[in-house]
Amino acid sequence: MPVMFSVLELMPDWLLTHGPAFLMALPLLMAAIMAVLPNKRVAWFTTFIVTSILTITAFALALYNAKVGTTIYKMGGWAPPHGISLVIDALNAPVLVLIALMSLITVVYAMPATVAEIKPNKRAPFYAAFLLCVAGLLGMVITGDAFNVFVFLEVSSISTYVLVAMGAARDRRALSAAYNYLILGSIGATFFVIGIGFLYMETGTLNMADMARILADLDGGSRVAKVAFAFIVIGLGLKLAMFPLHTWLPGAYAYAPTPVTVFLASTATKAALYLLLRFTFFVFDPSYAYVADGLLYILVGMGVIGMVFASLQAIFQTDARRMLAFSSVAQVGYMLLGIGIATTASVAAGYLHLINHAIIKGGLFIALGAMWYRFGITRTEDFQGLGKTMPLTMGAFTVLGLSLIGVPFTAGFVSKVNLASAAADAGWWWAVGIIMLTSILALVYIGRVLLLAYFQSPPQVNGETVIRNEAPIMMLIPMWVCALASVFIGVKSDAVVGASIRAAELLLGAG
Amino acid sequence: MSDPDRDLERMLGRDPHVVLRVISKFLIPLIALFALYVQFHGDYGPGGGFQAGVILAASVILYALVFGLKAAKAAFPPRLIRYGMTLGVLLYGGTGVVTWFLGGEFLNYSVLAHDASHGQHYGILAVELGVLVTVTSVMIAIFYAFGSRQPETSNEDW
Repeated sequence: MPVMFSVLELMPDWLLTHGPAFLMALPLLMAAIMAVLPNKRVAWFTTFIVTSILTITAFALALYNAKVGTTIYKMGGWAPPHGISLVIDALNAPVLVLIALMSLITVVYAMPATVAEIKPNKRAPFYAAFLLCVAGLLGMVITGDAFNVFVFLEVSSISTYVLVAMGAARDRRALSAAYNYLILGSIGATFFVIGIGFLYMETGTLNMADMARILADLDGGSRVAKVAFAFIVIGLGLKLAMFPLHTWLPGAYAYAPTPVTVFLASTATKAALYLLLRFTFFVFDPSYAYVADGLLYILVGMGVIGMVFASLQAIFQTDARRMLAFSSVAQVGYMLLGIGIATTASVAAGYLHLINHAIIKGGLFIALGAMWYRFGITRTEDFQGLGKTMPLTMGAFTVLGLSLIGVPFTAGFVSKVNLASAAADAGWWWAVGIIMLTSILALVYIGRVLLLAYFQSPPQVNGETVIRNEAPIMMLIPMWVCALASVFIGVKSDAVVGASIRAAELLLGAG
Repeated sequence: MSDPDRDLERMLGRDPHVVLRVISKFLIPLIALFALYVQFHGDYGPGGGFQAGVILAASVILYALVFGLKAAKAAFPPRLIRYGMTLGVLLYGGTGVVTWFLGGEFLNYSVLAHDASHGQHYGILAVELGVLVTVTSVMIAIFYAFGSRQPETSNEDW
């Protein structure tokens, strides 16, 4: 790490002190400018610059956090708990980097993809909504104020509904998917804010650190705090697609414009999962009986059922993007299992899987988008011969698919092994069995597609065999960045595993 | 308003909306004035940008209801409304950027003037103005969006 710290020398002091506010103000203001910007090419370029700056800032702030520890930014100069604070600690710094980085990757991919999928006059508004979504996600991760979380949750959600509905130019079903998401997402946000309201009633503060302190003084609080916990878990469960509340997700992922799917799959549910971690372990504490019960019966229960059922559903999907969407629900189950076991090792494993899965799913959806871009492929049976017609795209898909299954030397292996060993350490041998079983199910749904791609010859169109037609370079770059990142994490996992252990130690204390 | 039939009807005193028109012409400026009162009184009492924005938009919406969407759109073009939404956000965020340049935290108004309490005063005025502009524009835009979906009620349907 000392080598990395030298990067900080290059960063202006201003960025390190004011970076937290800069991180959410920049995309917010640029989104407003973008909304009136008439030129679509400038729109892409500006978005690209903005997300690049965000990535650099997030990375610098994460390094700075690793060096000096938790930093608190006083918004408007008002000190917490009365003012709104922006907090960067070991728990949210990696998530911030993840969101910024995935937004950059999505924007690179979006350059060719939006040309194919979004009408020219809608492209500038598309990027405006995209930046708003980025601002919302960064804001809800960075803020230390519980009501502020709700505001940013709504900023990101509302822009996401718009983005999903923009898929209507390609497939009209995007409209009903967006409406479905709007209704369920709003219910989720309402539940969440009701929970915050009850917490405010119980503690009289909105600052999360202050809430945690007062709840600890009250020894977990009265029934009001229990109700608040229930509302918050259900609200966030809707947002992060916890098993029975996931019904909005497959439609939204399948019919949104492909760059939106990439971004949603890799960040939106992850930010909600981060909030679940923040609330269950930081604001509340697993030492309260109701939190422990919630973790054990709700998060683990729903997580495990989701792992099995969503994996089975993924096997029977005919639409490739729906298949990966159900797989996402299953993967969320792994993270919930890790959170639910509630030991430092298991929370670290769940957190690790959060990061790894974001990279894996982002890359997989980019590969699917490239296939649609070249051949209009949406169904799994159309994959036949793709190993010959799009070898590079299919190569990235294969690497990422193997990572999703959990083959050694990939990111998925690292997080699944960590999760399984954490479960075994806690004596949850049945959970290890479930992890193995669902990995086999993942092998079935990914392998089914890979078999078609590599062992079938390309289809005949008008009597001629389809020839090689590789994806454009701007799609190959982000796709392979994800693929190589997943292999890199699989081979040399110290940095990411270290970050996840630091995050878990912040929540549960060392050991 | 240059429809000859309508002009004739009005000259003959058969305009069915004459009471509405006269009263709302009298009320609209008062509503707008009240909006400004709520806006600037927000420093000292209940009120502020959001409430003022809604009231100001209500005056425009009343105008549109009585004189027709077309007349309202001529007075407040949708294009302008779109810029208004952005302008308000930029006013708000821009205040934050200015405080950055003056060396304070984002939206720390104290640095806006030599005296911290004056700075807070200027800052809240600028920010609330931003809220006013955006809320007014968004309210009108929502009304236009719903109002444009179906033809206006014709005189015979009253």
